[in-house]
Amino acid sequence: MLTSIKLPIVIRAEINLVLVVVTALGLLSRLYGINFPKAVVFDEVYYGQFVSLYTKQVFFIDESGPPLGHMILAFGAYLGGFDGNFIWNRIGAEYSSNVPVWSLRLIPALAGSLCVPLCYLLVVELGYSHLTALGAALLFLMENSLIVQSRFMLLESVLIFFLLLAVVSYLRFHNAQSDSPVRLAWLVLTGVTCACAVGVKYMGLFTYFLLLGLAAVHTWQLIGDRALSNVSSLGSFFCLSMNISSVVLMQVVGPHDQMMSSAFQASLEGGLARITQGQPLEVAYGSQVTLRSVSSKPMPCWLHSHKANYPIRYENGRGSSHQQQVTCYPFKDVNNWWIIKDPGRYLVVSSPPRPVRHGDVVQLLHGMTSRLLNTHDVAAPMSPHAQEVSGYIDFNVSMPAQNLWKVDIANREAEQEVWKTILSEVRLIHINTSAVLKLSGSSLPEWGYRQLEVVGDKIYKGYQPSGVWNVEEHRYGTSQEQRERELELHSPTHIDINRNLTFIAKFLELQWKMLTVKHEDSEHKYSSSPLEWITMNTNIAYWLHPASNAQIHLIGNFVTWTLANLALAVYVLLFLSYLLRRRRKIEDIPEATWCQLLQAGVVCAGGWAVNYLPFFMMEKTLFLYHYLPALTFQILLIPVVLEHLHTHMCASLRRALHGVVLAGLSSVYLSFRTFSPLTYGQPELSAEQLASLRWRDSWDILFRRR
Amino acid sequence: MSRPRRRIQRMIDFVRLPREVTVCLCIISLCDLICFSWDETHFGKMGSYYINRTFFFDVHPPLGKMLIGLAGYMTGYDGTYPFLKPGDKYEHHNYWGMRGFCASLGSCLPPFAYLTVLELSQSLTAALITAAVLAFDTGCITISQYILLDPILMFFIMGAVLSMVKFNRQRYRPFSAPWWFWLVLTGVNLSGALGVKFVGLFVILLVGLNTARDLWSLLGDLHLSLMDFGKHLLSRVFGLILLPLFLYVTIFAVHFVVLNKSGPGDGFFSSAFQSRLIGNNLHNASMPEYLAYGSVITVKNLRIAGGYLHSHWHLYPEGVGAKQQQVTAYLHKDYNNMWLVHRPNDSDEPDLVRHGDIIRLEHKETTRNLHSHLHEAPLTKKHFQVTGYGINGTGDPNDLWQVEVCGGQKGNLVKVLRSKVRFLHRATGCVLYSSGKTLPKWGWEQVEVTCSPYLKETPNSQWNIEDHINTKLPNISLSVLKPHFLEILLESHIVMIRGNSGLKPKDNEMNSKPWHWPINYQGLRFSGVNETEYRVYLLGNPVIWWLNLVSLGLYVVMVAAASLHCRVLLEGGGLLLLGWLLHYVPFYTMGRILYYHHYFPAMLFSSMLTGKVINLHPKMNFEIGCSLFSSSVYICFSLCLSKPCSFYMFHPLSYGMRGPLAHDPDSTMAGLKWMDSWEF
Repeated sequence: MLTSIKLPIVIRAEINLVLVVVTALGLLSRLYGINFPKAVVFDEVYYGQFVSLYTKQVFFIDESGPPLGHMILAFGAYLGGFDGNFIWNRIGAEYSSNVPVWSLRLIPALAGSLCVPLCYLLVVELGYSHLTALGAALLFLMENSLIVQSRFMLLESVLIFFLLLAVVSYLRFHNAQSDSPVRLAWLVLTGVTCACAVGVKYMGLFTYFLLLGLAAVHTWQLIGDRALSNVSSLGSFFCLSMNISSVVLMQVVGPHDQMMSSAFQASLEGGLARITQGQPLEVAYGSQVTLRSVSSKPMPCWLHSHKANYPIRYENGRGSSHQQQVTCYPFKDVNNWWIIKDPGRYLVVSSPPRPVRHGDVVQLLHGMTSRLLNTHDVAAPMSPHAQEVSGYIDFNVSMPAQNLWKVDIANREAEQEVWKTILSEVRLIHINTSAVLKLSGSSLPEWGYRQLEVVGDKIYKGYQPSGVWNVEEHRYGTSQEQRERELELHSPTHIDINRNLTFIAKFLELQWKMLTVKHEDSEHKYSSSPLEWITMNTNIAYWLHPASNAQIHLIGNFVTWTLANLALAVYVLLFLSYLLRRRRKIEDIPEATWCQLLQAGVVCAGGWAVNYLPFFMMEKTLFLYHYLPALTFQILLIPVVLEHLHTHMCASLRRALHGVVLAGLSSVYLSFRTFSPLTYGQPELSAEQLASLRWRDSWDILFRRR
Repeated sequence: MSRPRRRIQRMIDFVRLPREVTVCLCIISLCDLICFSWDETHFGKMGSYYINRTFFFDVHPPLGKMLIGLAGYMTGYDGTYPFLKPGDKYEHHNYWGMRGFCASLGSCLPPFAYLTVLELSQSLTAALITAAVLAFDTGCITISQYILLDPILMFFIMGAVLSMVKFNRQRYRPFSAPWWFWLVLTGVNLSGALGVKFVGLFVILLVGLNTARDLWSLLGDLHLSLMDFGKHLLSRVFGLILLPLFLYVTIFAVHFVVLNKSGPGDGFFSSAFQSRLIGNNLHNASMPEYLAYGSVITVKNLRIAGGYLHSHWHLYPEGVGAKQQQVTAYLHKDYNNMWLVHRPNDSDEPDLVRHGDIIRLEHKETTRNLHSHLHEAPLTKKHFQVTGYGINGTGDPNDLWQVEVCGGQKGNLVKVLRSKVRFLHRATGCVLYSSGKTLPKWGWEQVEVTCSPYLKETPNSQWNIEDHINTKLPNISLSVLKPHFLEILLESHIVMIRGNSGLKPKDNEMNSKPWHWPINYQGLRFSGVNETEYRVYLLGNPVIWWLNLVSLGLYVVMVAAASLHCRVLLEGGGLLLLGWLLHYVPFYTMGRILYYHHYFPAMLFSSMLTGKVINLHPKMNFEIGCSLFSSSVYICFSLCLSKPCSFYMFHPLSYGMRGPLAHDPDSTMAGLKWMDSWEF
């Protein structure tokens, strides 16, 4: 038995040291000081919201694109044990201690650093020398914009990683010996990574089309090659396309399916029809409601309370009532439920229900804690000019309950109008002090879990959206007992009509929704047009230190961008001249080299084109970082063109080329060094140094006036 | 010897047949319809403008309207009919010339298509089917009956395709007389197509691709020396690029020469351009030469098609910067464009303004000062908002602007009309800027004006003083530098392109989607809404359009099957498919408002493809089996028969109908409303 096993068992491992070194450098450049700055940087404010929603297991419609990217970011949050309790409302806001900054940023940074060895492999797979591949990796390594983008909780680096991996694995598949099982594995990997890329951002689709086109051409050649049976070659092509599309389907469907049932009504926009489905229209005494602030500044939120009191004394020494906190909370929560109570009566809806009308006086009872909404002449925590709003607790300190509120329907058409779900915009006016329940706009510190502050405003005038509320979810309460009520509040408000839909219909609806949801087409301060990207006419300020001049910008390595553009131009010229001369049967280069050059062109120049040109068609707000995937492919073209020139050049020029390459690499390094303070945010530069870095008039570099 | 002759004879017969049919069909109804419809308000009016020689602005190049005007002029139309709203009666005006012209061009389409398909497929059946498709299509007939640009455009497109196909056939006799003839004719038709509408670009693209393929095969022909290839290349460059370009420019030259009177289109163009027009206040203008304090001025942005600095009583809405009075750029001449030049301290002794002076610009109508501050501009968020602030001369330091003459030095005077001026905001250091973006509804869709912190000199930030009224100074006759012809040409093109992309669908207007078109989802109401009115509805003959759609699909399937089977692509039909794609797909990417009639050029190509596919159909089947062959002949025959029948059914759409609407069972059209979206 044992004789069949040859002894000794030997594992031979070949380690490409260059690859290891390059990877290490990549990791070093992307991971170094990743905790800094400990504040929300640019679009982190945007992705952070999704991460919080995921960690809190709340279903939402993501308007920005497919969910895989956000799930990857959420996975990072999960690894770091993030509980989702952070309000993402302002760029530059300091992270509180419960946010694991390091693990949130880890995955994008890892993806970004792994792109460096992938670049190396890609160039090798295209058939170029290891030295060329090293050049490609170095250029990629020293690209400031890619470093910046991968050091924060953003998705571009993940997308680029998947794109490069897809291309590399397709090339591996193509170059591998036929009929080996490994070959099939590469094909599968191509499909999976393409699907992942699409799952991260829809832009990945274009690279998928490029690969599909390449595969189609290869298959077409195989069909012509009669030596191979048609069936097998066609099979591989169909395998690729089917494989990819099915995986795409799986990817995009998976997460939504598991979350669909939990709370579809938490959709932030557009889900109104679903919410109203099956709800009673008229708010009656005893109704259980959630009250949403009409103002969506700083963010949409619901009136909320929880089992925590205001601290007896604030940091600045002012005192409070120490009663239960009332806040506005931007997420769906069972603590957002309130009961409309007729003063001095029971909590259930009588039959027939007695509707609440304009001018009626009500009490608002918090569903989970049974505290009544109260305000009194105590300064609010963050806005001392206004009154504190609390859930009343009787401490027996001669602070009477003042919990009667008058319902004032702002958009009524008649007096005596009934309070309607969703449609009515209601002001709640305090009877004793005639203050208006209002969202102040500032958020509470640590003790209030950074939720938004709600105050009673006595000098309220006119129509301010922040003082107006509407009922979003609504049902007639049936339970008198506290425990029963808690159960009732936990159950969804209406029959989930989604259950009647088939799985695929849900999927399609969701996809359609994601594709058609209107993005705001207004301009952002740092938005730019695709034409500005080629020459890097624009930059984005990501972060500025609140006190000093230290700042982080998305600015690329100017030398690399210029070289990449140059390489593209040279490539096009070379390609055209070879093409025309070959047509006249003048063969300057051997057939194999021509094919190699062509393939490199399709991958690099084609990759650039498919990731760049579609933006001209898009009408959404565009930023410089949208160009980065295209830039990645364009950078790969530099060493490819250089090696081609080097091989087909006369000897005297060759030496000159060596010099040029060296000079180019060192100037790339110099420019990388020069801009690295803007990339890493440290060390801090003086105003003169910053001014000298403003190489282009159109760059916005921020100066702090002292 | 006799065989080709007989064939030619037959050809001539068949050419005449479809032509006569359509000519009859078209002319029959022309004179019945005495009220005009829909776009006739538009293009008829423009014909009148040519006859009256008044300058106007339109988003399309001028050839089509010039031809309409010419036809009207030749037939005695005097250009006095006002063309106010669709449905008015023509009464005594001589309109038949303009309509007849369009109809006769429209009736050329079936014979052209016939000849094209005949050349491409060498099959009479295919050619006849095509001609029948076009001749019996109600949509084609409707669209070519009225004073519209489309029949003219389609005429030139078909002409270009036909001459291109003919030119391809001369491949083996290069540089012969017919070779040159068809080459030049292609070029002429191309310039005609582009001269009518910018849609002509697509047919230029088609011809360009065809020529590139042609040249590619010539390049690969090693018997041909490079010298010969150069000759081929140059002759095509001459025939297909230089000649059309020359003709196109000539069209514009004629356009500018004919229209030499001031009219409704003046404000779209620069001051220099306006000085050409008789009747414009800048024509032989006479005004104080240098800008002075106390003057009333209008300020025009130097961006091409930039507007006048404008303000009005309306405020910026809530949430858009500070809630102060709007300042915009407006393309039309208006009393709200007037501004007063003041010193900062209100002492208005008549002195001249110099480079570097600090001024205050007061809006004459509302007495608000031109003002800027550190709020975001409404659309260009990188810039600052510009508002009207203060009243009757009171204001704050944010109302002060420094005048700077471009290329000037301290102390230079500001020349009216000729100096390029920049206005630098004192407090923030930004420069008055017109971004060219259109404001939303609250800004009356006028153009945004901002204050840009980027001080680079661009036309967007440069302005000139156009009108200048100051009673205390003597008026001097100014001869403005007359613009060069090429400058006018460029300017008018940029204005047209801006205008075209600015045609956004309004909320209440119905906007037809490109996917509606091939399936004939919805037509276009030409005239008449109610039961009592005479109604014309532009809708393709559904039988024909659906047949077109089916054959398109069939063609793609056949090509795919054939290419996999024997790795060859079918010839001829590819050109037509390409033509269809080029005339259809780009509409998906267009942001402007789209109409049903935009599909008609593409429909020409798909009709020609139909002829070719139906003809191919029996041949393909013949290989498979004779049993199928007979059935397919049967299908063919029934199809041929169904066309005239369906045409008879639907002819009231194009020739006009009265009486109850189609959903009423009493209507003559009852039962023909096959789709709910049809509105006749």
